[in-house]
Amino acid sequence: IYDRAITVFSPDGHLFQVEYAQEAVKKGSTAVGIRGKDIVVLGVEKKSVAKLQEERTVRKICALDDHVCMAFAGLTADARIVINRARVECQSHRLTVEDPVTVEYITRHIATLKQRYTQSNGRRPFGISALIVGFDSDGTPRLYQTDPSGTYHAWKANAIGRSAKTVREFLEKNYTEESIATDNEAIKLAIKALLEVVQSGGKNIELAVIRRNQSLKLLESKEIETLVTEIEKEKEEEAEKKKQKKST
Amino acid sequence: MKCYRLFIPYSRWRDAHPIVHSQKYHRRRRVCRLISKTLSKMALSSVLQSESADFSFNNDRSFSFGCRFGQTDLGFGAAPGDRLNFAIKASLGPDDKDGPERKIEFLHGTTTLAFKFQHGVIVAVDSRATAGAYIASQTVKKVIEINPYLLGTMAGGAADCSFWERLLARQCRVYELRNKERISVAAASKLLANMVYQYKGMGLSMGTMVCGWDKRGPGLYYVDSEGNRVCGDLFAVGSGSMYAYGVVDSGLRQDLSVEEACELGRRAIYQATYRDAYSGGQVNLYHVHSEGWTRVSQEDVLKLHHQYQEPKK
Repeated sequence: IYDRAITVFSPDGHLFQVEYAQEAVKKGSTAVGIRGKDIVVLGVEKKSVAKLQEERTVRKICALDDHVCMAFAGLTADARIVINRARVECQSHRLTVEDPVTVEYITRHIATLKQRYTQSNGRRPFGISALIVGFDSDGTPRLYQTDPSGTYHAWKANAIGRSAKTVREFLEKNYTEESIATDNEAIKLAIKALLEVVQSGGKNIELAVIRRNQSLKLLESKEIETLVTEIEKEKEEEAEKKKQKKST
Repeated sequence: MKCYRLFIPYSRWRDAHPIVHSQKYHRRRRVCRLISKTLSKMALSSVLQSESADFSFNNDRSFSFGCRFGQTDLGFGAAPGDRLNFAIKASLGPDDKDGPERKIEFLHGTTTLAFKFQHGVIVAVDSRATAGAYIASQTVKKVIEINPYLLGTMAGGAADCSFWERLLARQCRVYELRNKERISVAAASKLLANMVYQYKGMGLSMGTMVCGWDKRGPGLYYVDSEGNRVCGDLFAVGSGSMYAYGVVDSGLRQDLSVEEACELGRRAIYQATYRDAYSGGQVNLYHVHSEGWTRVSQEDVLKLHHQYQEPKK
C-alpha cells in the first residue's frame, strides 16, 4: 500500500495533487488575519450551525500555545491533525530549548510537515491553508500563512478560503497605518473585511484576538454585534458626508 | 530498518509488531550488556577503545529504545542516513602494563572550575592527565571551545568529553542556521544532556560545565553522563574540586572586577594542584563575556607557586 506515490510531477512541472488541495482550500470558509501594532486579530466566517448542533464544538480558531494561535481554511479533519502536531511541537520546544516557540518556528514546523506529505509514499497533501498569528518573546507581532504545498510567508494582513481574493483586495485598499493604530481599529478592520463576503452580518463571524503578553481571547457574539453596529453607523455617516459633499 | 522503508516512525512500527520488536529489543539489550561487561574488565587502552565502538551501532541502539534520535521534529538529532562513525584508536595514553583488572580512569583526576559573576563567567582548569600514579601529560587542553560564545570543560573520559562536545558544536551550529539566532546556554546544555542520557548506564564518563553568554546574561550549567543537568553560579569538578571550592567560596563576590575574578580562579586551581596529586601542569583561564569568550592566560603551576609563596618568606 505504501509503494505508490500519489503526488508525482506532471509533464509540465505541476504537482496536481497539491493544486487540487489548494482547490479544496478555496472551498473552505473564509478566514482573515490582521497584524496590528499591539494586537493580532483572526476572524473566520462561521458556517451556519444546525439547530440541534452544539455551537461550541465548531471552532475554527485554535490556540497552539499561550502566545500563538491559528485559523485554517479547508478540510477540518486534516486541520485537526496539523493542530495536534503543532501543539505537541510547541511543548517539545519548551522542554528542549526552555523557551516558548517563535511564531516563525512553529510556522516552519507546520510547513515542513505539510511538505513532507507532498513527498511521501501513499499519502496525500493536507487540504488546509493556515493563518498563524502570535507574538514572539521579544514582543513583535507576527502573521504567517501556510498552504498545502508547504510554503509559508509572513503577511501584514491576509485572507484564505472562499472569496479570499475579494477580501485581500479590500485589505490592500484599507490596511493603512491609521487603520491599525489602535487595537479596536484593527478588530474593526477584520470585521469589515469579513463583512464583505459573509452573508448575514455579525452572527456568522467568529473573532479572536491576542494581545501582547496575554493569551488568546475569543470575542463573544455580543461584542461582535456591538462592533458591527458601530461599523454600520460609521458607514452611514460616511455615506451622509459624501451626499452632502455632492449636493454642495 | 523496516520501519524506515515504510516511512513510519519506529514507535508506530514497534506498536504494530509487538512480538518481533520485543525479541529484537531484548536480544540487543543482552548483547549490549555483554559487551559493556567485558569492556569494563579491560584496562586503559580498552577503556579508550570502548569509546571507539562503532557509533552507527550505538545509533541503532538508541533507535531501539524508542527514542527518535534521528527524528525529533526539532531536527536536533542525526538523520537516519547520517551514520556517525567515530573510531578513535587508543593512541593516547600509556600501554596497559598494569594488567587487565585495573580500571584506569583518565581525567577524573582533574580540577575544573567555573563561576558566574557580574561581568560574565570565569572558567579555570588544570592540565594534568594521570593514569594511576603515572602522569600521562601535563599539557592537556581541558576546555573545549564549542563555538565563539560557548565553552565546555572536560572531566572524566577525555574521548567522551571531546566527542560529545564537538557533536554539541555541530548541533549548535545547525540551530543557529535554522533559527537565525544563537542558541541559548540552557538549550545547548539541554541538548548535550539529552544526547548522553540515551547512553546512560553504558559506561560513558563525562562531567562537563557548559558556559556561555546569551540574551539572558551569563549562563553556567553542569552536565554529566549520569543525566544530571543543573544550573548554578559556581561549580568545581574533579578530584581537586574540594580544594578549589574552599578558595572560591571564601573569595567569591558578585561585584568582582574581571581582574579579581581571574585571579580568584587562578588561585583556586593553584591551591587544588598544590594539594591534589592528580591535578597539576598549567592553569588555563578563560573569561566568557557578552561578546564571547577570551583566553585570559595559561600559567605554569610552579611559577604561580613562586609567585604566591615568595612573599611569605
